Amino acid sequence: MDILVLGPGCMNCITLEKRVRTAVRELQLDAEIFKISDYTKIAEYGIIKTPALVIDEKVIFYGKVPTVNELKEYLIKGVN
Amino acid sequence: MFKQFLNKNQILIPVVLLPVWLVLYHYLEPIANGFVYDILRMDRTTRITEAIRFFIFEVPKVLMLLTLIVFVVGIIRSYFSAERTRKALEGKPLFVGNIMASTLGIVTPFCSCSAIPLFLGFVESGIPLGVTFSFLIAAPMINEVALVLLFGLFGWQTALIYVSTGLFIAIFSGWVIGKLKLEKWVEPWVYDIKAGNLEMEEEKQTFNHRIEAGFTAVKEIVAKVWIYIVIGIAVGAGIHGYVPADFMASFMGKDIWYSVPLAVLLGVPMYSNAAGIIPIVQVLLEKGASLGTSLAFMMAVIGLSLPEAIILKKVLKYPLLFTFIGIVATGIMIVGFLFNFIF
Repeated sequence: MDILVLGPGCMNCITLEKRVRTAVRELQLDAEIFKISDYTKIAEYGIIKTPALVIDEKVIFYGKVPTVNELKEYLIKGVN
Repeated sequence: MFKQFLNKNQILIPVVLLPVWLVLYHYLEPIANGFVYDILRMDRTTRITEAIRFFIFEVPKVLMLLTLIVFVVGIIRSYFSAERTRKALEGKPLFVGNIMASTLGIVTPFCSCSAIPLFLGFVESGIPLGVTFSFLIAAPMINEVALVLLFGLFGWQTALIYVSTGLFIAIFSGWVIGKLKLEKWVEPWVYDIKAGNLEMEEEKQTFNHRIEAGFTAVKEIVAKVWIYIVIGIAVGAGIHGYVPADFMASFMGKDIWYSVPLAVLLGVPMYSNAAGIIPIVQVLLEKGASLGTSLAFMMAVIGLSLPEAIILKKVLKYPLLFTFIGIVATGIMIVGFLFNFIF
């Protein structure tokens, strides 16, 4: 699966990307993680509050930085 | 077992803690005095005693106020979101839109790194440029941490002045920008974006979730700013007794007409969060700077900054960027002159 972390590159986006990587590793998921910081791309997903998480082209959440455990729940839901 | 029960009934935590908070807050000054005079047995008349007493009383006072307000604001903010604010602003005419955008700017959760996505989202959905700017000005300028500090250190009047003048500047600047019809100076790619329409069902929030949001806000914000507050109050306490009271009056006093533009000119490129700047403002005021000049300096520092201008440059051409900075700076100066004139 493709996981996108959307955000221009502030503290929150960096934290989110790190946590996503940790969560993916701990769940041993077969996933590729991309960091998207292009504003046009972000807008195309309809996001107006960053950071956001997109799994397989579907916006999962935006405007928050969940904990690693919360992220795992999102990822497990995203797999199914 | 007990923990599970608490997790399901988070409301009980503030219900129990609030009376403790109130009692402690009420008796804080006698406790601090008792600690300094009776336990440390310090001489009541010396400057160093007064400085230490000031520090021991102010630090817990401001931190307690901060915790309470951040908690309450965290709950209030859980009722607002950037999406809902955008929906509320769609189709509103200029002046009404400016008022609404500025007011919503205070309560909508906002972080400056989201400024561009938010700007794009607002403009794409047809919200006028002037209304968008009102939001972008109010959101960082009127800040709950600043509100608490002003309330705690100077009283409710100053806190009220801060909120109302901040609102005035945001409404005024946005309205002027709207009237000037500056859309041509927005980078053209902004209008070429095909913004997606995010159809997401909103997550249902129980009141339990909102209280949790309050606690999360306390953890995040208090953890981030407490050190600035402690340092600021320490500096304030040190200067309290040792620098002559009229030290600042000669160059930031109300009779020096150019003090307001000078304060704004110095403050605009500077960047600091509200928690860092207010203890400095406190020292300025105590040492003879006038209220209008100090307020103008504070607002210029937290309302406008070089990093923010660099971010906004991505969507604004230079003429609009400078007009924006110029109008907000003018608004801040008006407030500064007004307060120097009244008080």
